[in-house]
Amino acid sequence: MHTTHEYTPPPLPPPFHHHHQTTPANPPTLLTQGAEAHLYKTHYLSAAHPAALKIRPSKPYRHPILDRRLTRQRILQEARCLAKLVREGVSVPALYAVDWEGQTVTDADTGAERYGGAWLLMEWVEGDVVRVVVREWEGYMLRHFGDDRDVDGHVERKREEDRMKDFLRRIGGAVGKLHAAGVIHGDLTTSNLILRGTNLGVKKEGEGDAVDEGRDGLGHVGLEGEVVLIDFGLAGQSVQDEDRAVDLYVLERAFGSTHPRTEGFFAEVLEGYRASYRGSVSVLKRLEEVRMRGRKKSMLG
Amino acid sequence: MIAVGIEGSANKIGVGIIFHPEDGSTPQVLANVRHTYVTPPGEGFLPKDTARHHRAWVVKLVKQALQDARITVKDVDCICYTKGPGMGAPLQSCAIAARMLSLLWGKELVGVNHCVGHIEMGRAITGAQNPVVLYVSGGNTQVIAYSSQRYRIFGETLDIAVGNCLDRFARTLHISNDPAPGYNIEQLAKKGKRLMDLPYTVKGMDISMSGVLAAIDALAVQYGLNGEWNEKEESTGPALEAADGGKPTRADLCFSLQETVYSMLVEITERAMAHVGSKEVLIVGGVGCNERLQEMMGIMARDRGGTVHATDERYCIDNGIMIAQAGLMAYKTGFRTPLKDATCTQRFRTDEVLVKWRD
Repeated sequence: MHTTHEYTPPPLPPPFHHHHQTTPANPPTLLTQGAEAHLYKTHYLSAAHPAALKIRPSKPYRHPILDRRLTRQRILQEARCLAKLVREGVSVPALYAVDWEGQTVTDADTGAERYGGAWLLMEWVEGDVVRVVVREWEGYMLRHFGDDRDVDGHVERKREEDRMKDFLRRIGGAVGKLHAAGVIHGDLTTSNLILRGTNLGVKKEGEGDAVDEGRDGLGHVGLEGEVVLIDFGLAGQSVQDEDRAVDLYVLERAFGSTHPRTEGFFAEVLEGYRASYRGSVSVLKRLEEVRMRGRKKSMLG
Repeated sequence: MIAVGIEGSANKIGVGIIFHPEDGSTPQVLANVRHTYVTPPGEGFLPKDTARHHRAWVVKLVKQALQDARITVKDVDCICYTKGPGMGAPLQSCAIAARMLSLLWGKELVGVNHCVGHIEMGRAITGAQNPVVLYVSGGNTQVIAYSSQRYRIFGETLDIAVGNCLDRFARTLHISNDPAPGYNIEQLAKKGKRLMDLPYTVKGMDISMSGVLAAIDALAVQYGLNGEWNEKEESTGPALEAADGGKPTRADLCFSLQETVYSMLVEITERAMAHVGSKEVLIVGGVGCNERLQEMMGIMARDRGGTVHATDERYCIDNGIMIAQAGLMAYKTGFRTPLKDATCTQRFRTDEVLVKWRD
């Protein structure tokens, strides 16, 4: 079996589908097609106030009943978690509006009805995802220091590594605050963390030349700023050590598979986590048990 | 170069012979023979019986493979065998056979990771270059992507494998194990219409199957659908579409189980694709033959502007040729398994193998 298709994303659900009648200037633009949702950049109330629109389109591969059940469950869960976290002062995007039922859309051309998908409107967080930040940093380290361990580069290398470690501790701290507020993220990866305020100007498809605003004259990768957690699509409310530990385990595994070169520093994330709230110690202890659970692990070490 | 591959990590014993032309052109399958140990409905396969089955068949299959390939022993460059993961006793019986052939023929041994065998054979057959791999079988459920000389596991089951979940439910319903329980569930599911509410457990890129199995088993018991089939039921076939809230049929349960667990699999695969930015999916492993899973994966891939690669039962289901293929690739990079290390292990993770043959 081998198939290739040209893909066009489905039309936007109401009220966003008739944007051209109200705001002709800037229609929502598709930024990313994640696994679960399409993310658009649009605006809220006034054109000067940018906002993120997250649409959970129907998943045609799923049985329609299961599809509606999961879509509704997840968008509601996400909205509840965001609202709670904003109240608790955790750095997450603020929630503006939500439609959990998803309206049925009638196709203008064919007259066919289809499930439009549920949506969520949130604060626009400016910055790069941590995955990009770490990759850029790894690239910078490789270009500047390579694998040589000479004495000249040693001090500078250590300084860079310390900056990264500090950054990783802040990530751990952000996760700790989240857990302290009684919420589990459910899908912690470096793609779901944003470093607010950075702009590494990584060239995306269809864009012009990259702008290196996130770097100083020496090409350092900016690691300062607030770490914002995004994408609460699989989030839930829990204060169990088990759930918190699994959350950390998911992050640890995602980190290891995405950033093999920086994997050795992951302990710093846990260090930042440890210091962030009371109760973190028992979670970290539980994490050791969770790690043993992966299947077919060698029992030698 | 020519390699013989011997696989027997579960209830199939397979022998395959692969030929890699010196000019680097497409590998050719010279022989691919297999025999399956089938147990009666309601029963699984036990390690000691399975090992006995493998011991009884291995010589016959090796002879048959050499005959099919029209080669002689002196054409063979190396003998590849499954080092793990899998069931201990069946693995041992094949490792012994491989060691025996190595000494008898004076050929070097290559121990192969079973999962890597599936991936390499899938790549060779479909031509997929750098896909996200969904490896689904009776013993394994993993979402894998290649990165810096390792097949890295992005997501996997936290408890039982998807094939194990299907096999065990087939046992509950006393569905035949011939040719495979999963195949028979698939056929029955085609007649199912009602979707029962089952747990849906996705944790990031990992999944859990044991809760789904417990729930569907409980439904089977609740509606008296477990155990042996009575004659009347079989002659009348599944009941017509029951009114809402009416009693579900066996077909409905199979349908619900498939729809739920395959949705979970497609979801974690899609998440891995989005995460690594890949547009290709390769499905390998015995459950990969399931046409409903392939169909769902196809729809998902299409909506991402991507492609799905799958193979048929000759290569999806455990076979010897995949062990020969992965083994020969390693052999060409200089990898050897000395006789004293030619053991097997039940636990051997996909990401432990250094994939020297890829960039």
